Amino acid sequence: MSGDAVIKAQLRRRLGSFDLDVDFSVPAEGVTAIIGRSGAGKTTLLRCIAGLERALGSLSVRGEVWQDAGGFVEPHRRGVGYVSQDAGLFAHLSLRANLRYGLDRAGKRPGLAFDEVVSLLSLETLLPRSPAKLSGGERQRGAIARALLSRPRLLLLDEPTASLDPEARRELLGDLERLHRRLDLPILYVGHDALEIERLADRTLVMHQGRAALQDKASGRPAAMAALERLSESEVRDLAASALMARL
Amino acid sequence: MDVVIGVTLMLAAVTTGSLLILATPLAWWLARSRSWLTEVVAAIAALPIVLPPTVLGFYLLIALGPDSPLMTLLHPFGVRTLAFTFTGLVIGSVIYSLPFAVQPLRAAFEAIGEPPLEAAAVLGAGPLDAFMTIALPLARRGFLVAAILVFAHTIGEFGVVLMIGGALPGKTEVVSIRIYQLVESLRFGEAAGLAGGLAAFSFLVLFTLLMIERWDGRRRV
Repeated sequence: MSGDAVIKAQLRRRLGSFDLDVDFSVPAEGVTAIIGRSGAGKTTLLRCIAGLERALGSLSVRGEVWQDAGGFVEPHRRGVGYVSQDAGLFAHLSLRANLRYGLDRAGKRPGLAFDEVVSLLSLETLLPRSPAKLSGGERQRGAIARALLSRPRLLLLDEPTASLDPEARRELLGDLERLHRRLDLPILYVGHDALEIERLADRTLVMHQGRAALQDKASGRPAAMAALERLSESEVRDLAASALMARL
Repeated sequence: MDVVIGVTLMLAAVTTGSLLILATPLAWWLARSRSWLTEVVAAIAALPIVLPPTVLGFYLLIALGPDSPLMTLLHPFGVRTLAFTFTGLVIGSVIYSLPFAVQPLRAAFEAIGEPPLEAAAVLGAGPLDAFMTIALPLARRGFLVAAILVFAHTIGEFGVVLMIGGALPGKTEVVSIRIYQLVESLRFGEAAGLAGGLAAFSFLVLFTLLMIERWDGRRRV
């Protein structure tokens, strides 16, 4: 993990009684899965990385500083793709116009062409439709395509399969695997399904009560033990249990 | 007779246009800011609903009269008074109908919620860009409702326009006042014609706009 090819985050954010306090560094390539119970802070972490929540601390992606003591890069200047559980396509635009929205604002950043992304996610026949006339799986694929076309430097996926039926979920997972192979794009993937994680993830970040620890896919044991020092014994047990779940 | 109708329609159109432009940033701020000050401003903006039109008209008459501090500021530009002028009428109507624009716009902006705006931001749209391309189109029903209410409310105005307009024929006399004057001079036939025309016209405007909204609603589902 040398040089600039890392995502380095040291973020703190207090929301009511919840405390996000993470300090990690992961390779800026492949899929990093983020797992943990609901309420562990996974979504909050993604929102902080996207700049939608203002955390304290520092964050850099492939050597580019997104925030530190000296400043905060606004979300619209980060070049980050973010797909939430509910897709969030714009209701007043057709799928085609939704996809163009990010592309038109991507500037000169390199990336896949419109047609390429459309065919990668099998959206050809759906382009003229309004989001209200798409199924849940189609909406998610549309949202992922829209994020890809904004030519992101980092893609954040927040349980994109959570609201889908098993069939649509399998399809989307296949799409994601193909994307993963096709693109040089680091992905942070929040998931809860052990099978998904197994298929997609190159490494796993385990979150527990606002803290995060990296776990190597090969060893299956939390590698960043330093981050765990602040946790109590029972918290570490919980963490090991959820890490184990991910391996199953 | 057609002059008075022309003045009335002109007043309603200019008031509606000005209010949509003025109320939009105000409603946006009211919908987005978390400060308690928003409720102070919202209460002030809603005052014209509660105040009797004559009270509002009286204050406006004072404020737009030649001796007011406001008008003194305009003296160097050759403006002595706006009382009994069409401009004065527009100012009065804008203030009188302000709540009818602000309320539906604020509600429409609040109904959009954070998610579409956050999605626009991560896709590279700055605040103004996201406002123009996402917030405005998503709030278009609110704009339609605001336009209907302001237009109708301005046509139906009486107290405020009487106080600050003075009913000068061809300049500040509007249909509602003409009807009152016709009745006062016992010309019931003419009054009935004008009143019937106003009622029919108002119905047509509202009906047309509601049909547009209905069509728009169908298209979106």
